[in-house]
Amino acid sequence: MFDDSNIIVGLEIGTSKVCAVVGEQAADGTLNIIGLGQARSRGVRKGEIVDPKQAEEDVRNAVVEAESMAGAEISNVYLGVTGGHIRGFNNRGVHPVVSADREISDDDVQDVVKNAKAINLPAENNVVHAIRQHFFVDGQDGITNPVGMLGSRLEVDVHVVHGNTNRLQNAIRLVKGFQIQVNEIVFNGLAASLALLSNEQKELGALVIDIGGGTTDYVVYVGGVIKHTGVLAIGGDHVSNDLAYGLKVPLSRAEKLKLEHGSAVVDEAAQGRAVTFTNELGLPIKTINVGHLQRIMSLRLEEIFQLIAQDLEQAGLFDYLRAGAFLTGGGARIPHIAKLAPPILQLPVSIGQTNSISGLKSALDQPEFAAAIGLVRFGSFKNRKRDGKSSLAQGIKGAISSLLRRS
Amino acid sequence: MKTKSETPGATSEVATKPAVKIFGVGGAGVALLDALNEEEFAGAGVAAINTDAASLSASSATVKIHLETKLLRGLGTGGDPERGRALAEEQFSTLKSACDGANVVLIIAGLGGGAGSGISPVLARAAKETGALVLAFVTLPFVCEGNRRQQQAQQGLEQLKSVADGVICLPNQKTFKLIDDNTSVLDTFRITGGLLVEGVRGVWRLLTRPGLIQIHFDDLCVLVRDRHSESAFAFVEASGPARSREAVEKLLAHPLLDEGRALAEADAVLVSLMGGKDLTMADVNRVMEQIGRYCERAQIIMGAAVDAEMKGRLSVTIIAGRNATARAETPPDLPDSVASPETTPRSGNRQNSPMPSLSMEQREHLTARHSGRARRAVNKLLQTQLPLAIVSKGRFDKSEPTIHKGEDLDIPTYVRRGVSLN
Repeated sequence: MFDDSNIIVGLEIGTSKVCAVVGEQAADGTLNIIGLGQARSRGVRKGEIVDPKQAEEDVRNAVVEAESMAGAEISNVYLGVTGGHIRGFNNRGVHPVVSADREISDDDVQDVVKNAKAINLPAENNVVHAIRQHFFVDGQDGITNPVGMLGSRLEVDVHVVHGNTNRLQNAIRLVKGFQIQVNEIVFNGLAASLALLSNEQKELGALVIDIGGGTTDYVVYVGGVIKHTGVLAIGGDHVSNDLAYGLKVPLSRAEKLKLEHGSAVVDEAAQGRAVTFTNELGLPIKTINVGHLQRIMSLRLEEIFQLIAQDLEQAGLFDYLRAGAFLTGGGARIPHIAKLAPPILQLPVSIGQTNSISGLKSALDQPEFAAAIGLVRFGSFKNRKRDGKSSLAQGIKGAISSLLRRS
Repeated sequence: MKTKSETPGATSEVATKPAVKIFGVGGAGVALLDALNEEEFAGAGVAAINTDAASLSASSATVKIHLETKLLRGLGTGGDPERGRALAEEQFSTLKSACDGANVVLIIAGLGGGAGSGISPVLARAAKETGALVLAFVTLPFVCEGNRRQQQAQQGLEQLKSVADGVICLPNQKTFKLIDDNTSVLDTFRITGGLLVEGVRGVWRLLTRPGLIQIHFDDLCVLVRDRHSESAFAFVEASGPARSREAVEKLLAHPLLDEGRALAEADAVLVSLMGGKDLTMADVNRVMEQIGRYCERAQIIMGAAVDAEMKGRLSVTIIAGRNATARAETPPDLPDSVASPETTPRSGNRQNSPMPSLSMEQREHLTARHSGRARRAVNKLLQTQLPLAIVSKGRFDKSEPTIHKGEDLDIPTYVRRGVSLN
């Protein structure tokens, strides 16, 4: 499945744009972004494909653009997936160590991971990720690699991300239609977190919120491992739609207003300020109140953060997020959003920066490319692990390749 | 449909009966009280309550309570129930002392104005506090009297329902079925007033006349107490050889019973029959059988009484109570194509001949017709209302809704939270 080329491509079929990022991995493992292609997405709603024909065209445009910029042919991609059907939860696997000397072997580790992944999912669902957290040996917490240790009982926690098989297949099939291999599907929220967070931040505990066009994905790291993931099928599209409804303007106009006058908090100066549109003859056709616009936006964004906060509260994770929250995705561009979030989340909030990757500055600076860059990052990890023959990579690959084979 | 005179012994009998006080509240209530103020009601304490001195001075009631403060400057409430209520609250003790000593308090009022809608609920509460059973007989305004009066009346009705044991409500609009194009306004009001007065009279007789099959005061209490709902009542009278059949037909066509619909929905029905010495068991049986067919689920309390004056005639009083939750509010102007059969007072033939019993065929025809009507009526009530404002989901109209804890998140947040712009 993996070829020997050091070109890694991340493809994200998003609600507002389709974007392909081409990265090159040097022999020492460092990543360099060498190409970027994007196209406005028309066939996607809430992160899921609703019009395959249109989506196909958009993907082709983005891939062609990325190929020409990178000067390389794209033959396989890491595909980002999202959507309201995706869920995450934690599961624990147990395995008794049976060898005479009680030494934990590689096989024991593989067995326990396999046990942890034996999850009772609904028949129509499939595992996207089963991410290993920590091992327990005889109840002792926090072991990252138990091979060679002595013990009688080996346990492991995994975080399982799963989604509806058919809906995941839609995107995979579309990409396969171009004779492009899908190496793996990756949850967008996970990808974004890989692009943004340093190892130190993961250790401290961090929340990454990717506010996209159709969905808001979030991932929580605690102690260096993923503890929680979630998807809200609400995004920038909803903001535009609210504005179109509330201000009684067409959707395209609402989109434009959002970009020009939008704000996450109601600006004192905007209260009562009016904006007048003119038609092509210069005659005024409609006047809208900027205060109302910002009010509508602010309420929607506030609600997104509130829903995330409720979810995290339920999971009991707030106390572990010492590095704070990081915003990314197109929604991170909304002015003052870093001011709106802290009182709701009770966390320091900053706009995430794509770090430890070199290459095209234009790509790295944009929050909306974080997920696509993260996909490349994910691919580079996989490459490295393949070189290191990590059993985990094989394990995860096994789970997903079974899904891929079905398409 | 009116009975002419009563036996002179009525007064003496009253002494052993529960003490009844009848209050007329507001302009309409006081006027209706006058219509009641006949010797028949001699045993009851009759009191008129109004804010308008002129209406009180014209009244023949024995007790007149004039609610007045300087604020009103003798002009009445000006159609504002809030003023009426404030006034009544102020004089709560007066009202309470007026109710003192009564077992049953009947309140007669026309809702929609200031005094009727404002004072009656307070009076009902005062009466309730003295421990009396409170029954209110109220009219609702005609639709053409305007929205404001309708609303005030509805509010008044709701308040009254929550305090009074039972509210018997006559929407004036229903009397349109009883009048034709040539009926004068004066006659129309006389008819509506007449209907209400009949109701009061029916209850009065129930409480005061000796019965063969006695309806106790307790029975009435069971029927109306703490039901806090709207009861329907009807009073019909028939005479002649076919009086029992005629009475049932009249009952089922009675506008106040919604053509029998009220019976079908009732969960408790009180039936009181009164006839002359010639009242036959067959008559009683026939009436009860028919009524029982309509309200199979209801608890039926039945009473029968004999009055020498009623020779050759049969009068039936029905009070149908239903639980407040049992049905939604019926709009006062029910569209109904079923024309009510003759309900005008009839001369009747006073012959005292034995009743010709109905042929099987006739009876079947009769019951089939009526049960069909009732069934249709029940179906009609199942119609539900659609939500008024439908928020378009715009771009997400066709996509899978994002439901979170029962909330559709595709609808703009500010709409769901009820935040008003401006």
